[in-house]
Amino acid sequence: MSILTIIYLIGSLTFIIGLKMLSHPESARKGNLVAAFGMTIAIFGTIFLYRDEEGHKLHNYIWIFAALIVGTLVGFLIAKKVQMTAMPEMVSLFNGMGGACAMLISILEFKHISDNAIVDTTSGQNGFMLIAGNTSHLHMLIIVVGMVIGAVSFAGSMIAWGKLNGKIKDLSYNGQTYVNLALLIGLVGLCTWYIFKTPVSGAELGGIGFTLTDGTVATQGLFPMQVYIFYGIIVLALVYGIMFVLPIGGADMPVVISLLNSFTGMAAAFGGFLYGNQVMLTGGILVGAAGTLLTLLMCKAMNRSLQNVLLGSFGSSAKATAGGSKEQGNYKEISLSDASTIMAYANKVMIVPGYGLAVAQAQHTCHELEKLLEERGVEVKYAIHPVAGRMPGHMNVLLAEADVSYEKLLEMEDANEEFKSTDVVLILGANDVVNPAAKNDPSSPIFGMPILEVETAKNVIVNKRSMKPGYAGIENDLFFAPKTSMLFGDAKAAIQKLVSEIKNV
Amino acid sequence: MHTIIQLLHWFTAHIEMVYIVLLSIFLGIEVIGRVPSVLHTPLMSGANAIHGVVIIGAIIVMGRVEPDNYIALVIGFLAVVLGTLNVVGGFVVTDRMLEMFKKKKAKS
Repeated sequence: MSILTIIYLIGSLTFIIGLKMLSHPESARKGNLVAAFGMTIAIFGTIFLYRDEEGHKLHNYIWIFAALIVGTLVGFLIAKKVQMTAMPEMVSLFNGMGGACAMLISILEFKHISDNAIVDTTSGQNGFMLIAGNTSHLHMLIIVVGMVIGAVSFAGSMIAWGKLNGKIKDLSYNGQTYVNLALLIGLVGLCTWYIFKTPVSGAELGGIGFTLTDGTVATQGLFPMQVYIFYGIIVLALVYGIMFVLPIGGADMPVVISLLNSFTGMAAAFGGFLYGNQVMLTGGILVGAAGTLLTLLMCKAMNRSLQNVLLGSFGSSAKATAGGSKEQGNYKEISLSDASTIMAYANKVMIVPGYGLAVAQAQHTCHELEKLLEERGVEVKYAIHPVAGRMPGHMNVLLAEADVSYEKLLEMEDANEEFKSTDVVLILGANDVVNPAAKNDPSSPIFGMPILEVETAKNVIVNKRSMKPGYAGIENDLFFAPKTSMLFGDAKAAIQKLVSEIKNV
Repeated sequence: MHTIIQLLHWFTAHIEMVYIVLLSIFLGIEVIGRVPSVLHTPLMSGANAIHGVVIIGAIIVMGRVEPDNYIALVIGFLAVVLGTLNVVGGFVVTDRMLEMFKKKKAKS
């Protein structure tokens, strides 16, 4: 046991050091490996050294190893095969797996209690009562809360995963906010009531305790109805998880994934309470706290409150605006040869990448365009909005994949300074992050969100597949501005054509 | 009243866990507070892998199931598979993301 305690201590330390190293570019990769090492020793330490309260070893080794092998093979293959553009979905998917794991643990713990219960036919309100051995309100609280958080995280992550890869569409209807709010209140209320009512003490029923078959006296019990209600809570939590992510639109997806990530962290921490396990507790709480902070930082970057995101009102209000009276103005298209000419003869070009770049897998072509322009003496930089794409830093990861140099990526404040001296801004599949409505239109749902102020540059070329509004469903006035010209088409195809045109200029 | 006493007892018995929770909360906030936005995605992914530590709970619960309780064994098996997916997938994906940062670093 003492060796395991030391292993858990080392595990906890590696998580802290790993997270710390992950927050610096030079040490990030090593930090990930450090945390992975800690996780590995914690897992194998548990398998071989864990002893329960009575000093029993774990059994069912065949099952445990079979599960570990299956999980490792599948996880490794998925993670290796996935395209860089699909990373956000992957994080969401794996997060959901963790949530489901926490949920199943609680279910098993509860099953352990109810399986060991004995049906007593002489007492209880309904003529019989299940008598459970060792349990308490607190034990029940840890089980129920861990399960609910895990279930919400699992269901929500699956919906977020489905939405990001386009399998699930946004769904919103009138009064959705209230339905979700009612669901949440119902869920919390039911859990609170349940935890305080379960288990029922023998004293409440007029007796001091019940004698079990092995002669010990149980002072707490369960009604059969309470077993059904427990499974009812699972269903309700899953439904809430689904309903809560369904209406949330694109711009909010990073926030939701980050939030669900911290949920799973908390669910893991409840598991830590359940088993008095320090490494689960440290790991879970660290992620829970860090994830919550990251979520709040993201909300702040988009000027939205967390409860607004939680209640899912963004999607519906955005829909209302998009369907509103705003009239589409006239936009002008630019030909490939014109676009390539003004870029080839510009002094400075800024590229604003967005989700369209990720979808089209155009990062390599984009880097090619950048190199070509640089050879002609054009200064090329990238303006990266913190929430461009589907996750914070999504664009950085993509461009890093294409070997774009780190120094060329400008963060929002620096980019906004540079736009003033920029000749051409090339927007590749970005929309909401360059929408001037965030600055000028108080009625816009994204009003107040800091944006890339591309309109201060001399020319703006927007590459989009069509005039359809962005993922958040908001009309963008930038496209109708006199300085702006549109270059329609898939980002990759368009850039490829630009590259060959520029070669001929 | 009974519940409050129970709560107090629990706190006293688990005081070191309460300390872990409180300190970890601050630590989690501090550690992440200085992250440049470039690293947000890898960090989120790394944190995602770390909460896969929930797998330890799954292993414990699985290892305590009676060998003839097949429903519980299947649920436990599933829990361990899902937990492993979270851990392995999470760390591998994070590594793949960070690999790119490194490659670019070496060049510049």
